[in-house]
Amino acid sequence: MIGLGMVIAWVIMAALFSISWFVSRERTLEAVRLAWSFFRDVLPMFVVVLVFTSLSLGLISEEVLLELLVGRGLLAGSITGAVAGSIAAIPGSVAFPLSGILLEKGVPYTVIAAFTTTLMMVGVVTLPLEREYLGFKVALARNLAGLAMALVVSAAIGFFFGELL
Amino acid sequence: MKGKRFALPFWVVLFLGFAAFVVLSAFLRFEPGTRCGANFLDFARTMAGLLPPTFLLVGLFHAWVRRETVEKHMGSESGAQGYFWAVVLAGTIVGGLFVALPLCLVLQKKGASMKVILTFLNASMISRIPMTIFEASFLGIGFTLIRFVISIPLVILIAWAMSLWLGEDFRIAEP
Repeated sequence: MIGLGMVIAWVIMAALFSISWFVSRERTLEAVRLAWSFFRDVLPMFVVVLVFTSLSLGLISEEVLLELLVGRGLLAGSITGAVAGSIAAIPGSVAFPLSGILLEKGVPYTVIAAFTTTLMMVGVVTLPLEREYLGFKVALARNLAGLAMALVVSAAIGFFFGELL
Repeated sequence: MKGKRFALPFWVVLFLGFAAFVVLSAFLRFEPGTRCGANFLDFARTMAGLLPPTFLLVGLFHAWVRRETVEKHMGSESGAQGYFWAVVLAGTIVGGLFVALPLCLVLQKKGASMKVILTFLNASMISRIPMTIFEASFLGIGFTLIRFVISIPLVILIAWAMSLWLGEDFRIAEP
């Protein structure tokens, strides 16, 4: 899965990059500069998350972690994923590579979807910021709706990948 | 003074500490420690293969799609078209909530309706294109497609329900 994803990513990038280069060399160089600056911005967070992931998968034996996310069934795993996603505040550029690792370790798509969707839609940490604009009641309602949505999405993902039913 | 000038950022310290721990574990034959090192190398190899194309795609996206171009099309907010442009605009923004919330305020000042604004806000969390590129690279295009097909209608539904609850008189506060 990851191997194929890698090939597709490179092929799409190469194709778009060639077109972009052909149309405008300056824009393409600007794109490379932008890509580099995004990477540089996210690198510290990346190293931190990778180190902690390596440590937790190495020290807290894989069995314990997988027991939490896989062993107690899809519902318990998804709830664990949703709680983690609601609390954590990490950018997608770090969260999705991390999810890819978990997927490789055997965590079901259903659990991954609960984690990534709540990560996107629900933010305990960013709630104060939302409150500034929307007021507490509306911000809370929006986050709760996001949580409900995450459960529907992960059920649909689970159904699609044959993990449910 | 010297220490302050050469103060290392947290992530470098963390990485060096981690490296030292792994090397020490190798000497002491502390098996969980060496497993951490092996994990790190394994993850780093996957990242090295996937991150360059992913970041370059994101760079290309930002170099070619200007926000002003998309904003121009938000003028007509009527029914389904309003939702459509809300989702499209949401896909192109950078920076998530920190950019989306101030933009909601701008949209309201420009006369966008509450249901369009809330659709935009929720969609900006789930459909930002740079983020989606990462998702598809690491979890597969199938995952991304299903997630989109399910979550876009839900996002619109939530926005519609919330705008009924709040009414069109609801005003987003200037922080």
